[in-house]
Amino acid sequence: MLHSLYKSKSDRIVDAGIYALLGIFGFLTLFPLYYVFVMSITPYSEVLRNGGFIILPTSFTVDAFQAIFSSKTVPQALKITIFITVVGTFLNLAVTTLLAYPLSKKFIPGRNNILIIIVFTMLFSGGLIPLYLVVRATGLMDTVWSLIIPGLVSTFNMLIMKTYFENLPAEVEEAAKVDGCGDVGTLFRIVLPLSAPIMATIGLFYGVGHWNAYFQGIMYLNDKTLYPIQVVLRNMIQTPNVSQELAISNPMLLQTLPPETIKMATVVVAIIPVLVIYPFLQRYFVKGMLLGSIKG
Amino acid sequence: MKQNAVLRRSPAGAKPLRHRFAGALSRYRWFYLMMIPGLLYYVVYHYIPMAGMIIAFKDYSLGKGIIGSDWVGLDNFRIIFNSPDFYELLRNTLLISLYRILFNMLPDVLLALMLNEVRILWFKRLIQTVTYGPYFLSWVIVYGLAVAFLAQDSGIVNYYIRELGGSPVNYLASNDYFRPIILLTDMWKNTGFGAIIYLAALATINTELYEAAVVDGAGRWRQLWHITLPGIRDVFVLLLILKIGHIMDAGFEQIYIFLNARVYEVGDIIDTWVFRRGLEELEFSIAIATNLFKSVIGFILIIGANKVAKKLGGSGIW
Repeated sequence: MLHSLYKSKSDRIVDAGIYALLGIFGFLTLFPLYYVFVMSITPYSEVLRNGGFIILPTSFTVDAFQAIFSSKTVPQALKITIFITVVGTFLNLAVTTLLAYPLSKKFIPGRNNILIIIVFTMLFSGGLIPLYLVVRATGLMDTVWSLIIPGLVSTFNMLIMKTYFENLPAEVEEAAKVDGCGDVGTLFRIVLPLSAPIMATIGLFYGVGHWNAYFQGIMYLNDKTLYPIQVVLRNMIQTPNVSQELAISNPMLLQTLPPETIKMATVVVAIIPVLVIYPFLQRYFVKGMLLGSIKG
Repeated sequence: MKQNAVLRRSPAGAKPLRHRFAGALSRYRWFYLMMIPGLLYYVVYHYIPMAGMIIAFKDYSLGKGIIGSDWVGLDNFRIIFNSPDFYELLRNTLLISLYRILFNMLPDVLLALMLNEVRILWFKRLIQTVTYGPYFLSWVIVYGLAVAFLAQDSGIVNYYIRELGGSPVNYLASNDYFRPIILLTDMWKNTGFGAIIYLAALATINTELYEAAVVDGAGRWRQLWHITLPGIRDVFVLLLILKIGHIMDAGFEQIYIFLNARVYEVGDIIDTWVFRRGLEELEFSIAIATNLFKSVIGFILIIGANKVAKKLGGSGIW
């Protein structure tokens, strides 16, 4: 940070360099997203005419989007993903809150031991295969619950929430107790209404996690109709045969569309929801992340 | 802590421990009940899998189950350590992790330092908003973008190479390009996010320090060296410890999604190998033994790194 009353010539050159570098960095971040978007809406004829990359298409088409939404695979995958995002996030928040709230009470006997047991899982884990065996043993294989239950609580999110509860003014809760509110009543009627910002932050963390879920899909699911969107997208990108992957009812739709256009349209479909909630994410998560960096 | 509870809640705190515990259990029963679903989750999906690691010392067969399978002592570890594959995996894992520390921590710091110099607020906000967006995109999407640029037949890069008369390169299946692609895409996705924590540390530096420095005639670079960099040193060391502790995790999800058989030589890491060996070839014992080795090393590293940080005068992680 430069604190000076006037800037020398060399300082101004350095400044200009910084602005230019940041501008380039911003451009490089946006450009791939823009490119994929343009690819997904450019008509095949124009791609053929211009060969490679088109910066500003003179015409556009939503054929690719029509094709993927008229297919069986993508709408089904979106349904699954929306389900795990909504239901999963709700369950994540419920269980995380119910765990974080008691753990924010320093006077509860056994609290420290429980915390140690929980935090230890951040340092040491049984790994992929034993978890897979447990998921199988608990009957979650080939159900949507395999995408939700094995990641029910994120320790990091739980600690952030605990810190938030610890920092709430104790007087409010004590007043509620005096008024005859039990522990559960206090949580639901007093604490939760004061916790909207942290619920939004953690909910967004969990929600984005569910939307982006890929691994659970390939580990626990054999039934293709349960695949979440990220698994379908990965398969689409890899496949030489897009129409088979899409299980499209009207293959004629694909005749005028190159497979790349379909693939990129699917990428765009997976990006858009994240883009839509991004303003909220941005507002909340910096706060959340900084809260998390406070030692619990 | 127990004393604390007694002081706060029951003035007659001289009862035997057993009674006190029973008392606490009933007084705080709602708190304990609330924790049950979460604790059950930790037991079933964290601690039972840890116990499941005993499979590493057994010749696991699906038919006999975990308990019924025969003990084989350290045989599985002998097989692993005698296999040349293992050293390739270890090398790839450590190298990719080290590269990540080097090439992804420094851009984080650099971006934060540059943003910190910006006086035009809207520009600062704009660049921040743009650069940390990709953090929320999945690796599958990032892979899709990489394919759009780098694929052999349809990628834009190869299109221009052909236009200019060169021969196209299959970047995503090339031993020379795999690691750089991993690092570049990681940088693209995570640098904006990584900068936030440094920006927060920079924001807490007392501005009087800079004013005093100006009075003393310190220029831009001396201010950077004596005030700004020391201001982010603690955060940097903390993150470095965390990353060293996780050096055996070379980024499973990203690598798995980008990996293909032609780049195993440079890109196959412990996690991806365990995944294939375990879930595709169903060699649970070997896979779990490898994973146990990795988990133990990781655990030792993080404890050790934390000790070192404390010795050096930092605060450590705990």
